[in-house]
Amino acid sequence: MLKRALLVLGLCAASWLPVAATAEENAAASEPLNWQNWRPGNSVSDLPSLQRGAHNFMAYCNGCHALQYERYQRLADDLKIPLPVVEASLLPPGSNPLDYITSAMPSDDAQNWLGKAPPDLSLIARSKGTTYLYQYLKTFYADPKSPTGSNNLAYPSTAMPAVLSSLEGVKQAAFRTVGDDKIFQNFQTTVPGTLTPVQYDDFVRDTVNFLDYVSEPAQVGRRLLGKWVVAFLLLLTVLSYQLKKEYWKDVH
Amino acid sequence: MASEADSKAASAPGLWGWINQRLPIDAFWRSQASEYYAPKNFNFWYFFGFLALFVLVLQLVTGIFLTMFYKPGATTAFGSVEFIMREVDYGWLLRYLHSTGASAFFLVVYLHMFRALLYGSYKSPRELLWLLGMFIYLALMAEAFMGYVLPWGNMSFWAAQVIINLFGTIPLVGPTLVEWIRGDYGIADATLNRFFSLHVVALPLVLLLLVALHLVALHEVGSNNPDGVEIKKKKDARGVPLDGIPFHPYYSVKDFFGVSAFLTLFAVVVFFVPTLGDLFLEKANFEPANPLSTPDPISPSWYFTPYYAILRSVPEKGTGAMLMLIAVLAFFFLPWLDRSPVKSIRYRGWIFRTFLALFVVSFLGLMYLGLQPAQGIYVTMSRVFAVPYFLFFLLMPIYTRIDPVKPVPERVTFHA
Repeated sequence: MLKRALLVLGLCAASWLPVAATAEENAAASEPLNWQNWRPGNSVSDLPSLQRGAHNFMAYCNGCHALQYERYQRLADDLKIPLPVVEASLLPPGSNPLDYITSAMPSDDAQNWLGKAPPDLSLIARSKGTTYLYQYLKTFYADPKSPTGSNNLAYPSTAMPAVLSSLEGVKQAAFRTVGDDKIFQNFQTTVPGTLTPVQYDDFVRDTVNFLDYVSEPAQVGRRLLGKWVVAFLLLLTVLSYQLKKEYWKDVH
Repeated sequence: MASEADSKAASAPGLWGWINQRLPIDAFWRSQASEYYAPKNFNFWYFFGFLALFVLVLQLVTGIFLTMFYKPGATTAFGSVEFIMREVDYGWLLRYLHSTGASAFFLVVYLHMFRALLYGSYKSPRELLWLLGMFIYLALMAEAFMGYVLPWGNMSFWAAQVIINLFGTIPLVGPTLVEWIRGDYGIADATLNRFFSLHVVALPLVLLLLVALHLVALHEVGSNNPDGVEIKKKKDARGVPLDGIPFHPYYSVKDFFGVSAFLTLFAVVVFFVPTLGDLFLEKANFEPANPLSTPDPISPSWYFTPYYAILRSVPEKGTGAMLMLIAVLAFFFLPWLDRSPVKSIRYRGWIFRTFLALFVVSFLGLMYLGLQPAQGIYVTMSRVFAVPYFLFFLLMPIYTRIDPVKPVPERVTFHA
């Protein structure tokens, strides 16, 4: 527990300290990996990306995580996935397209197995932000001392195991010790996954993009409608100003 | 004033005459709009009263529709808001109009109040008008706070926790009072349901009544203006103020322009940045209420943060709460604290101008600081900024008396 707390402190400190700190002990001479600056750069109007993200979610996340406010039907409509395709590939047997996207894992069991029930992800992109999700999914590393066998830089001591390591590969994290603090240096992939680093990056970006969409399904339509509304109101402002000027000609 | 015209309308033939003999619509319209004379020299700052009224209507209308789908209750509230956001046709629009409207309401009210400070609109004969306005402001704060609790997100929960616990600092009755307000031993279902009732029924009624009284008082004494000159002192033979123009059509058409411009900016927020960073809707409020997980930091909405910064700047909670209360209530005393013979800043001297400028800087500074974590430099700075805030009120009887004022003209200045 104390070690983890120190690790968190170390990470916080790492973001403050300049690289100038003297190189010590086991540190690789290279620059530390600046994962805090990683940004997803996703776009919720990128339909193919959303479709891939939906597929990723159903294949890798939905076993534990639900989207309790999203219906299969809505997903199909918004992402332009033909309903037969949804029924054939995404819909669990016995479900109706109008059902909400629940998870098969009973939450009591999950609580027992993992210490914490996996959260519903309907609003995760709004409550935590897409940057956090992107960094979280890319900073898992092997940690034999952790009960799950893995740990995470964005969320130290996370209860979630590194479930995507079959795709990403298993990473070892190198830390540099400064006083009592462990400062993260970089990752080294020891067991390669089925995806290349670039492919995995796309995988994560698509998944985060999908979660961004799910957190507010109306957002694409909102911006489209907004352009018309603002254009109309600008016109109304110009016209109403002309009208005001016309009336006020009488006032001296 | 228009008794001749009134009797003409009442004796008009047909249905309109029949109605007006029984309900004086024509007479009312004339006395309050088409023959109600407002100073002709209103400037930019005079848009915000009408805009406040407009936002009030917007909040009432969107609120009525939201209430059709919102389900108060600790287990249903959060989900029903998401239902509105996702499954009600244009529900997201209703919700964003309402949430953005809450912030817009405070923005226009603050600018409206600042206008009164600039031009001395609280001074005689408008003291009651100012007091009624201040009661509207208090009711609005209560309305906004309770509305903020309704989505039952985690920030809703903890904001309710912090604010209601402030009542616990009252000696003797505090703890009992807190329990009575909550209706439970903690913030719970009972609290949420009573806040819903107060937010959608009681406080809107209070607000409407106060706004009606505010308008009656305004139309009785007449508007102040950027010169602080009483236009009723100079009238023509017919009794019409020489510097007055009929509210309708001149100001109705001008306010229509004001509303259009306001709505344009408003729509940009609603459609493109409804959360406005974290200012209008907070990230932590997209997580359901959780008594076991405290958001860090707990910060109220931006419109409360000047007072919140003052509260946090004092280590002892009771004193902090007291100072916060004084910071709000001090506005009530302005008509009697201000001893200047002059209303408008145009004719006031450098001393008042300096104090007002410092007050604005401290208000905005405290607003910023209240959004930051309660630690280190932020707390120290809050103390620094709180000093000019209170001195503005405390020293007002002195500095407004020694302020070197300029002569006020007889008539308003107006450039067509």
